[in-house]
Amino acid sequence: MKRRDFIQLSGLGIGGMMMVPVLGHATSPESFLDSGIDVAVKKRLADAALNAAKSKGATYTDVRIGRYLNQFVITREDKVQNIVNTESYGVGVRVIADGCWGFAAIVDAKTEKDTAKAAEEAVAIAKANARLMKSPVILAPQKGFGEVSWKAPIKRNAFEVPIQEKVDLLLGVNDAAMKNGANYVNSILFMVNEQKYFASTDGSYIDQDIHRMWPIFAVTCIDPKTGKFETRQSLSAPVGMGYDYLQVNPADKVTGITTRYNKGYDMLEDVVAAAHQAKEKLSAKSVEAGKYDLVLDPSHLWLTIHESVGHPLELDRVLGYEANFAGTSFATLDKLKSGNFNYGSPEVTLFADKTQEGSLGAVGWDDEGVRTKRWDLVKDGTLVNYQAIRDQVHILGENESHGCCYADSWSSVQFQRMPNVSLAPGKDPLSVKEMIKDVKKGIYIIGDGSFSIDQQRYNFQFGGQLFYEIKDGEITGMLKDVAYQSNTQEFWNSCVKVCDEKDFRLGGSFFDGKGQPSQSSAVSHGSSTARFNGVNVINTARKI
Amino acid sequence: MSVILTEAEAKALLEKVIKLSRADECVVNLQGEIRGNIRYARNEVSTSGNLTNKNLAVQSAFGKKVGVATIDEFDDASLEKVVRRAEELARLAPENPEHMGVLEPQQYGKSKGYFESTANVTPEVRAEAVAKSLALAGQDQLTSAGFLENRTGFSAMMNSKGLFAYYPSTGVNFSLTVRTDDGTGSGYVIRGYNDFSKLDTVAASRIAVQKARGSVGAKALEPGKYTVILEPTAASVLLENLYFDLDARSADEGRSSFSKPGGKTRLGEKIVDERVNIYSDPSHPELPSAPWSGDGLPQNRVSWIEKGVVKNLAYSRYWAQQKGVKPVPFPGNMIMEGGTATLDEMIRSTKKGILVTKLWYIRQVDPQTLLLTGLTRDGTFYIEDGKIKHPVKNFRFNESPIIMLNNLETLGKPERVVSTESDQSYMVPPMKIREFTFSSLSDAV
Repeated sequence: MKRRDFIQLSGLGIGGMMMVPVLGHATSPESFLDSGIDVAVKKRLADAALNAAKSKGATYTDVRIGRYLNQFVITREDKVQNIVNTESYGVGVRVIADGCWGFAAIVDAKTEKDTAKAAEEAVAIAKANARLMKSPVILAPQKGFGEVSWKAPIKRNAFEVPIQEKVDLLLGVNDAAMKNGANYVNSILFMVNEQKYFASTDGSYIDQDIHRMWPIFAVTCIDPKTGKFETRQSLSAPVGMGYDYLQVNPADKVTGITTRYNKGYDMLEDVVAAAHQAKEKLSAKSVEAGKYDLVLDPSHLWLTIHESVGHPLELDRVLGYEANFAGTSFATLDKLKSGNFNYGSPEVTLFADKTQEGSLGAVGWDDEGVRTKRWDLVKDGTLVNYQAIRDQVHILGENESHGCCYADSWSSVQFQRMPNVSLAPGKDPLSVKEMIKDVKKGIYIIGDGSFSIDQQRYNFQFGGQLFYEIKDGEITGMLKDVAYQSNTQEFWNSCVKVCDEKDFRLGGSFFDGKGQPSQSSAVSHGSSTARFNGVNVINTARKI
Repeated sequence: MSVILTEAEAKALLEKVIKLSRADECVVNLQGEIRGNIRYARNEVSTSGNLTNKNLAVQSAFGKKVGVATIDEFDDASLEKVVRRAEELARLAPENPEHMGVLEPQQYGKSKGYFESTANVTPEVRAEAVAKSLALAGQDQLTSAGFLENRTGFSAMMNSKGLFAYYPSTGVNFSLTVRTDDGTGSGYVIRGYNDFSKLDTVAASRIAVQKARGSVGAKALEPGKYTVILEPTAASVLLENLYFDLDARSADEGRSSFSKPGGKTRLGEKIVDERVNIYSDPSHPELPSAPWSGDGLPQNRVSWIEKGVVKNLAYSRYWAQQKGVKPVPFPGNMIMEGGTATLDEMIRSTKKGILVTKLWYIRQVDPQTLLLTGLTRDGTFYIEDGKIKHPVKNFRFNESPIIMLNNLETLGKPERVVSTESDQSYMVPPMKIREFTFSSLSDAV
C-alpha cells in the first residue's frame, strides 16, 4: 500500500500536502479523446529500439511505448478544489547485455532516433553494471505472440464522460453529506487509462488498453463540546472498470447493518449512511481490549489479504530482492518445498488471478509479454506456490513465468508486482447473518482503516471504518478505538468459516507501493465475509 | 536544448512565454531533471536506469477562472500552443472561490543546493560506489541489498507581474540493508546529501555490517513501556507525522492534533517538553532547500515549535486571507535542534533501556492524538547499566510523537537523515525517551 495514506490526508483537508502519485503532465480533457499514436508507428519505433540494442550487443530487448492518462476531480463541501488532467507519453527500453539488465527511458520519444537512443543508453548501463553480476540473468523462455491486442471490457469510458457530470456527482454527494450532519466532506474521482504497447525480441507486439477508476469520499463529524472528531470513509472499491461502476444497480447492493456494494457503487446512498455513522461513532462505546471472534467484511478483509498473503508470497521478496526497502518474507523457499507448510486452516484457499473481469490487475499480457492466468498460492491451508516472473521462475523449477510483471510508467523498469490475490469462497452455503448467529463475543468490521505489518509479514495491526459488537449472535451496537493485532500464520489458522460465493466481492489498492525508486500499482483482492476466532483486539484511545 | 537550464536561459524562456499571454494573469513553471540509479540485491546488481524529464506548465486566469496546460517541447509554435490551451481551459473552468491572484515580485534568500560533483555522476561512478560497498558488505556470510540514486535538476517560475524565481539542486541518496546469510541478523544505513563527494559508501556500509552482525541472536523482551534511545533515522519517521500536521486550516476546522474544542487551535500553547525547538530554514548549510515555495512565496526561517510552544502553523494564501494573517508556506526542510550528547554518552547514562536504530511501516492510528503504529527493524538492542547487553527481537509500537516529546529525557547532536517512510531529508538529533509504548513482539528479522 502506498507509503503515504493519501485518503487520510485528503480527508483532513490538507490539499497542499496531498501526495497523490501523479505521473505525467497536465493536459486538457479533450486531448484524452485523441487515440494516441497509431499502432503501425509504434511498431516502427519499437523495431528501431530492438535493432539498436541488438547492434550494441544486447541478447534480449523489450520496448514499452506508453501513454498514461489520469483525471482526478477533487472537491470539498461545495467547492471543486482541483481538476487534474495529466498525460504522460514516453518509451522505456530494457535490455540484457553481458548477462546484466539495463534500462533507459526517454520522455516524448516520437522518432526512431529517440527510441534507438534509449536502447543504446540501456545497453551502456547494462555493460557498466555487468561487473557487479555473479552470474548472468536467466530468462524463462517465452514464445512470441505476433501482433495482438487486449482491451478492458468497459461499458462507459470515464474519459468520455463530461467533467460537468463528474463535478455534479461529487458536489451532490457532498451536499447530501452536509445535509445529513457532516461538518466536512471531501470527495474525489480517480480515473486512469493506460495505453501501452509492448514489443520484444521474442516476436511479440502487444497493444493494450486498460481502464481503472475509484470514487472515494471522507466524511468528518466533530463534537463541538469535547472537540473530538470522527471520520467515515467510503465503502467503494477501486475497480478495473469504466464509469459504469457508478451505475446504480439494486443487484449490486449487499444489505445488512450497513449497505455494501459489489460491481456497482451508489455513492450518494453511501455518503448519507457515512454522515450518520460518523456522528454515531462520536458517542460509540470505546472497545474493551481482549480476545474477540472477528467477522470481517470483504471491504475490510481485502487489505489483510493484501498485506499478509499478497506481499509475503512475492518471490522477489522471498529471494531478497526487496530486502533494502519493502523487506523479505517469512514464507521462505524451504516452507514451500516441504509441501506441508500450514499457512492457514483447511478453510483457507488463496489464489492469484490476473484475468478476473473488472479487477484492477486484469490484463491480457503482463509487461514482459506473458499471457496472464489464474493459479493457487495456498490450497486448503497449505502453501503451494508464489508469484514469479521470467527471471525468477527457474528458481522454482518452473520454466514458464506466472505473468505478473508490471511497470507503473514507460519511465519505470518493470518488475514483479502482485497479481489479484483472493480468498476463495466457502464451499457450503453460508450467509453473513448465519455466520454472526454463532458468534458469542465478537466484532464485525466493515471497511479498511489504519494498517501496518513487519518487513517479513509476521506481525500486523489493522483498524477499520465501522466496528459492531456481537454478543450471543446479535449485533448490539457500535464500537470505536478498535484495532486488531495478530501474526499471519496464527491469523489464517484461526479462520473457521468463509461465507459462500454469493457474498464474494472485490476490494483493492489503487496505489500499492514497492521498489526503488518506488512504483505504484493497482491490485484487487476478493473474498466473502470470513470469521477468525480469538483475535487480539487493542484499544487505541489516548489523551494528549 | 539541454535539460538543465542556467538561470539566464530559464529567465529568457519564461519571458518569452509570459509575453504570449492574453489572460488577466499568467504563471509559468519550468523544470527539468536527470536521474540515474543502481539497485542491487543478493550481492549483485538487479535493476538500474536513467531517466530524463523536462516540463513547462502555464497557468492562466480570467478573474477566478483558472486553467493549466503543460508541454515538453520548447519551439515557438509549441510555446504559443500551450499558452492558448491554458487560456481556453480557464475560460471553460468553473470559478474557484479560493483562487488567489498572482504575487508581486518577491525577495528570496540564498540557498546552495547544487553541486557539480553530483551533476557529473556517470553510470560508471555509480557502479564504482556500489562495488566498494559490495566488497565490504557482500562477503563473509553477509548478503547485501542497496540502492543509490542521484538527481540533478532545476525549477524556475515567472508570473505576469514580473515575479521570477530559479533554483538548481542536486541530490544523492544511498541506502543499504545487510543480512547475515542465516537470516538471523539484519542491519541498515541510509545517507543523503546534495554533494556527491560527501557520500562515503564504504563508511556507510561498515555501519550496516556492524548492525547486521550485532543483531544476531536477538532475545525476546516482554512488550510494555520502556526507556528508548531513538537514533535519528528512527526518530525522523515519527517526527515527520507531527510536521505533516502543521496545517492551520485543519487545526482551525477542528480536525487535527493542533485543534482544540470550540474552534480554537494550539497555536501559542506548550504541547511538548520545553527543550524541543523545531524550525525550517532554506539556507541551512547541511540541509539546503529551495528559497521559494511552489506558489512563489519566499521560504524564510520559520520557528514552528520553540521551547515546546507552537509558534507557527502553515497558512495557505487563501486561508491566511480568511484569517487576516500573513501566509506561511509549508516548509521545504525541518531542523530539530538538539544538545551536545553523543549516542555513546546517551547509552552510558541509561540504566535500562532499548536502542532503536530504525522504525518501519509507520501508520497513523488516530489523527486526533497522532497515535502512530509501526515496528522496530534492522537492529534493536537492550541496554543495561550503560552498556549494550544484547540484541532484542523486534517490537510493534503504538505511540504518539506528541506524547513522546513530552517524555523527553535527553537530546543529542542533530544530524542529516533521510526518512525511510517519505524519502524527505531532515536534521534530527538522537533522543532518549521514557515510557515509550511497545505493544507486541514480532518474529521478523
